[in-house]
Amino acid sequence: MNFLVLLAIVLLIIAGHQLLRVIELSRGLKKTKEWKVTETDNNMMGRAMFAFMIVFFAFFFWQVNRWMDRSLPPAASVHGEKIDALWDANIYLITVIFLVTNFFLFWFAYKYRGTDKTKASYITHNNKLEMAWTIVPAIALAFIVIFGLKYWNEIMTTADAPDRVVVELYAKQFDWSARYPGKDGKLGETDYRQIDGGNAMGMDTSDAAGFDDLANIKNEIHIPVNREIELLMRSRDVIHSAFLPHFRAQMNCVPGMVTTFKFIANKTSAQMKKDPYVLKMMAGINTQRAKFGKDPVEFDYLLLCNKICGASHYNMQMNVIVDTEADYQAWLAKQKVFKTAVAAK
Amino acid sequence: MATVKNSELEKEHLVHHDHVHDHDDHEESFVQKYVFSQDHKMISRQFLITAVVMAVIAMTMSVIFRMQLAWPGEKFGFINAMLGDKWGKDGILDPNMYLALVTIHGTIMVFFVLTGGLSGTFANLLIPYQVGARDMASGFLNMLSYWFFFVSSVIMTASLFIDDGPASAGWTIYPPLSALPEAIPGSKLGMTLWLVSMTLFVVSSLLGGINYVVTVLNLRTKGMKMTRMPLTVWAFLITAILGVLSFPVLVSCVVLLLCDRSLGTSFYLSDIYIGGRPLDNVGGSPVLFEHLFWFLGHPEVYIVLLPALGITSEVIATSSRKPIFGYRAMIGSMLAIGFLSFIVWGHHMFMTGMNPFLGSVFVFTTLLIAIPSAVKAFNYITTMWKGNIQFTPAMLFSIGLVSSFITGGVTGIILADSTLDINVHDTYFVVAHFHIVMGLSAIFGMFAGVYHWFPKMFLRMMNKKLGYVHFWITLTMAYGVFFPMHFLGLAGVPRRYYTNSNFPMFDNLVDINEIVTICAIIGALGQGVFLFNFFYSIFRGEKAPQNPWNSNTLEWTTPMAHIHGNWPGSLPVVHRWAYDYSKPGKEKDFVVQTVPLEEGEQDGDSH
Ligand code: HEM
Ligand SMILES: [Cu+2]
Ligand SMILES: [Cu+2]
Repeated sequence: MNFLVLLAIVLLIIAGHQLLRVIELSRGLKKTKEWKVTETDNNMMGRAMFAFMIVFFAFFFWQVNRWMDRSLPPAASVHGEKIDALWDANIYLITVIFLVTNFFLFWFAYKYRGTDKTKASYITHNNKLEMAWTIVPAIALAFIVIFGLKYWNEIMTTADAPDRVVVELYAKQFDWSARYPGKDGKLGETDYRQIDGGNAMGMDTSDAAGFDDLANIKNEIHIPVNREIELLMRSRDVIHSAFLPHFRAQMNCVPGMVTTFKFIANKTSAQMKKDPYVLKMMAGINTQRAKFGKDPVEFDYLLLCNKICGASHYNMQMNVIVDTEADYQAWLAKQKVFKTAVAAK
Repeated sequence: MATVKNSELEKEHLVHHDHVHDHDDHEESFVQKYVFSQDHKMISRQFLITAVVMAVIAMTMSVIFRMQLAWPGEKFGFINAMLGDKWGKDGILDPNMYLALVTIHGTIMVFFVLTGGLSGTFANLLIPYQVGARDMASGFLNMLSYWFFFVSSVIMTASLFIDDGPASAGWTIYPPLSALPEAIPGSKLGMTLWLVSMTLFVVSSLLGGINYVVTVLNLRTKGMKMTRMPLTVWAFLITAILGVLSFPVLVSCVVLLLCDRSLGTSFYLSDIYIGGRPLDNVGGSPVLFEHLFWFLGHPEVYIVLLPALGITSEVIATSSRKPIFGYRAMIGSMLAIGFLSFIVWGHHMFMTGMNPFLGSVFVFTTLLIAIPSAVKAFNYITTMWKGNIQFTPAMLFSIGLVSSFITGGVTGIILADSTLDINVHDTYFVVAHFHIVMGLSAIFGMFAGVYHWFPKMFLRMMNKKLGYVHFWITLTMAYGVFFPMHFLGLAGVPRRYYTNSNFPMFDNLVDINEIVTICAIIGALGQGVFLFNFFYSIFRGEKAPQNPWNSNTLEWTTPMAHIHGNWPGSLPVVHRWAYDYSKPGKEKDFVVQTVPLEEGEQDGDSH
């Protein structure tokens, strides 16, 4: 750290020194109109533009090479795999546009840098060219819209698999709780006025459907692999957002509303821990942790809060464990039933 | 009506000059001339200086919170010195203050620097000059516009010093976070001040906007047909219309929030339990707020961007010594962008619980708006093609703008696709997108404008070499700050996190955060070069000649003095469009708009 401060100070001094020198120089040259752009300037800046392009592109590829394998692991859900495929197609397309258009921009800056001898061509427009570059993007965008909306409609329809698992996520400043329906397969009604210590999720204690709910689950939830999960989301106070990046799932939790999102996890936590991409990523993470003197960790799916919600927004997390059906049932059996939970209080 | 108004002003002006033969001084007092001035040139300078001060404040904030992100838990004397013991105890940034800094940084940059500062400075300076008017349609309203802006800036800045800290719900101030004082300290007095300040800001913006529209429509000089106007004026006109139509919606949005905060109404609130008790509010919806906010919010990004694009059009054409390529297409695409920008707001709300079908509609409209945006980028590049490019500092920044507009624009295509937005919404990928496309482009446009029109504003020249140094530091560091943020987004890092160190999954992103912060610090220091050049040149710069860049537009036909009414004697008459650069058969490589067409000469791009 001290080194950085030192670096900043040194840079400041150099900058200050340069400043004064330039000013003195320009003062001396006053009569020659320092501000006028000369052919030398044009040559220098034109070349600098081209050089910048090379540095810029090199920086781009350096980043891709260095950081791409720190992105999220491949999707661990059925719809997420489609999103990833669509993402890749779009990213390749925009990378090409980014490189080609920036290339022309900086290349022209270099190539047509001004001289005293040459004159610009008087070109005002070109209908054919302009038609072309209106229509080609339009067609490309049409494809993007068509594929995007096709998947969007699949992803956002309401959950309807008969064997789906309903999970309610309840957000508050600054933690998550979860609730699963009991044997009756139905979540009980809620009433925020009944919230108190024993009823932290605000369940309506007069609704019998809720008595067998498995409520107030903290820190960790389990879900079964290869079954549709229907998330129902509520918030107690401000807007939060349930973000499950590994499953490519996200939805805001809005007070006064119940929002939904559905997905099918297709890799158990145990499988994911052995995934080669994940192993490599975790190795990188643990090397970095060692430098900080922190203990090594294993991979876990996570639920994060992704909507600014107050001082500890940065620390609202819950582990998500994807189990085999049997493990899931075993875990579920150990959860407390709401009514006994209240009674115990 | 149009001609009546103009000739009346004209008469008044001439009468005036019968009595006072010197244009310079109407024995205005100091206060009339420098404080409550009604002259568009002075008001423009007032806007600019205020915006520069606000920009420095907002930039300093960003350095503070970037230091926290790169080195969380590290103790910095600098942070303690800036924030004191309450918010920067032992040199560690307080989490609530972190959110407050992010909020005020965004608010100042988006509204005070890039809306008030950019439009206020350049629409004021250039509209009367470039359409050939004596002044704005109403000098008085114009003066009010500045003073509302000034007061709102003061209130926003003052809110930094109150006990509970300033507003801290993000610049988008979504309720209930912004509505409930129990939710975050910034939602106490700080939020009230934010809302009051923004309301005054909107008043300023409306007074300015109406004036700009009326001036462009009614006060054009003889011969200045709409299709002969420089693209700067077109851009300011469309921007002003967008502002006049969308800012009032922000006021409604803000007033309802004020009611929820102080009168116990429930526009945005329902079913809330906070501070250990249930609130009475039922039936409101935060989603309503989001609709109202983004109904302004999206046009706002074009309110920020269009003036910068207008400035760039002018600078690129002048410096390439070539007509702007596709003048009519440029106007057409600005009109299309202006219209479409009103029907895309929902792309900020795909994940808010809004009906997904509605989302689909916004996907479609948003991708439509990408087409005119692309056309503009292509037109800039082709304007440079076969040019004779003069690399003034303004031109460098304009090229920077085109580059950042493309680089940030292409990721918009991803975000506009609701399916792909699911996993990057509210992550650093979005932060990268909008900083590059909006932040950088608009700031580059603003710098281009300052370097280009400094001689008209202050009658002196800025130093070119310092301009070069400033540009290269700014461009490289800006990309160094914002490009790596894409990769943070790909790794799933959410926005507005005080630190990323609480999640093991983000532990291997430390070096990205460090690179970003180091670039931010160097980039911020680099702005010192600009500040020095700017203030030094105001007082000590070389005296400017009348038309230093060999431009065609009318402002360069005014004398190098700030005279009331801009032109001594009668107003200039316009005979041609603004882009006759390097026209074949002409002696020089530019033909000022006041030069009559020769026999058989074609005007503009009509052939
Ligand atoms: C190529 C055209 C563009 C498209 C398709 C596009 C699309 C989008 C979308 C869909 C979002 C929302 C992302 C999210 O919240 O997850 C977004 C965010 C944003 N865009 Fe663009 N954009 C484009 C160009 C621009 C331009 C030109 C500007 C600025 C003038 C801009 C400024 C912003 C801003 C400020 C945000 C952030 C909103 C927030 O706070 O979440 N965009 N853009
Ligand atoms: Cu939260
Ligand atoms: Cu938008």
